[in-house]
Amino acid sequence: MKTNRHFLFHLYMGLFLAYLLIPLLVMAGAAFNDSKLPTVFPWKGWTDRWFIDLWNDKRIWIAFRNTLIVAVAVAAIAVPVGTAAAILVNSISGRLRGVLYGMMVAPILIPGVVIGISTLLFWNHLSVGSGLHLSVLGQVSYIASFVMLLVLARLQSFDQGLEEAALDLGASHGQVMRRILLPHLYPAIGAGAAISFFQSIENFNVTLFTRGGADTLTVYVFSKVRSGITPTINALALLLILVTLGAAVGYEINRRRKARIATSREAEGRRAEDAELV
Amino acid sequence: MQDLLRRYGMGLTVVFVGLTIFWLAVLVLLPNFTLFESSFRPYLPIVDVGGPLDTYSMGNYMKVFGNEVDTTLLGIQFQMPVRVKIFLLTIFYSSLVTVITFVLAYPLAYYLAKIVSPRSLPTLFLLLFVPLWVSEVLRSFAWWIILAFKGPLNALLMQTGIIDTEIRWIAGFSPVIIGLVYTYVLFMVFPLYNAMQSLDSNQIEAAEDLGAPWWRTHWRVILPHSKPGIASGAVMVFMLSAGSLLVPSLLGSTTSGWFTQTIQSIMLDSQDWNTGAAFAFMLLFVCTLFVSLMMRVFGVKLSDIAK
Repeated sequence: MKTNRHFLFHLYMGLFLAYLLIPLLVMAGAAFNDSKLPTVFPWKGWTDRWFIDLWNDKRIWIAFRNTLIVAVAVAAIAVPVGTAAAILVNSISGRLRGVLYGMMVAPILIPGVVIGISTLLFWNHLSVGSGLHLSVLGQVSYIASFVMLLVLARLQSFDQGLEEAALDLGASHGQVMRRILLPHLYPAIGAGAAISFFQSIENFNVTLFTRGGADTLTVYVFSKVRSGITPTINALALLLILVTLGAAVGYEINRRRKARIATSREAEGRRAEDAELV
Repeated sequence: MQDLLRRYGMGLTVVFVGLTIFWLAVLVLLPNFTLFESSFRPYLPIVDVGGPLDTYSMGNYMKVFGNEVDTTLLGIQFQMPVRVKIFLLTIFYSSLVTVITFVLAYPLAYYLAKIVSPRSLPTLFLLLFVPLWVSEVLRSFAWWIILAFKGPLNALLMQTGIIDTEIRWIAGFSPVIIGLVYTYVLFMVFPLYNAMQSLDSNQIEAAEDLGAPWWRTHWRVILPHSKPGIASGAVMVFMLSAGSLLVPSLLGSTTSGWFTQTIQSIMLDSQDWNTGAAFAFMLLFVCTLFVSLMMRVFGVKLSDIAK
């Protein structure tokens, strides 16, 4: 009875993964099909012309460059803002903490369309025209929340006694920050920077309303899908998937290596202890 | 605050507070206030802005009414303004998407949290994360290829003999729902997994030892424990679906209007920003209402949802 049930669960897991991954395979496969419309059926033979077209498409490269600039700018602003907000909210308590925390989390729950329009209107009132700079500000307004949550979680495991000790021993405030607090927060800050970067690349709703005339990759792909699409987009999709997959696998291998080193160190430590006891 | 001053000194404290104020006031509060304020102003030529005609009114909100269309609900036919209809359908179908993702995600989250061996968990998570790294526009595009009239799905179904003639998938709301479920189902899986994972497996065993059938174990033990996860997943999926513009635009047809598309056409085609603001505010209002409803129903706090 029990193994039966588990078999069904394993099957479901397999089906679910297939459901998630097959559409991506179909999309990647269409990049090699020699057919004017992006599809895998009917199959008209292998070709690499869509990759050559992609290479020669100037607008895609401009959009790509814009996307990278925006993503770097978003990460550069969202990380310090989110970190500062986490440190601030962590240091206060009571009612004010609840209110501040609520305000900091709320942007995640605002639809992107609303963020885009409100950013556009606000800066327009201040006579700042639309463009990618507004996209950056709009994206930061909710991406900083992710950074704040990551850093705040990391702060829970921080021993404030370390700061006390450093201050007692005559360290300056800057040193406490640089040598004690920040090193402890680095993993969260790193994760926050990565999330900011990828969230920004993915963003469509905020960018659409604030971009002015400039293209980012998502906006460009979107306009292409609506107005005559060629498998160039599939070629682009395949490259993007490979890059992110490569990064993910690299991260995982690195994580496992670290875990293995940690366990082997532990085992070594135990052996040394045993040897001492003998 | 005192604490902050003592630890990091005046200079750094000012930096922390300054950055936080910049974020919350300049990037969040003031833009939303501007949105709210503009939504009551009329759409005027630039010379009249600030003049005697520029007075507050509910005019922009009233624009949802008008353009009556035939509507059928439960066999009863009646007239309804087209934008109200789109608004209500968006809410209805977003709720439907939320329910479907929950049904799909629940067994999977349970499997990940309680059945699968912890050794294979990192690999499974890596595989599950792959689609999240592929942008939303490409994921909807993938379904656009699959569901095409002469596309792979119809070809497969024809060849296996399940259907005799091609089905026109891209029609009505079904492709939009398929696309939204595919794009957002993982936002339901992970919160549910997080909630279930913190449940002590002994509680499940105790229930089983005491003779509870499997469905009662789920209903009385596992489901109540997963409440924060359900609330958080439901809020994310509903909000993302109702606010999605990509999926309905790519996979929708002329018969499947989404409220964000209405907002987009007012903002970018008609360039009537104040009416756009009013409609955006309505969308924000519905999402806020849904969040508070979920918090009420599941008895959770905002901090539980944010996890």
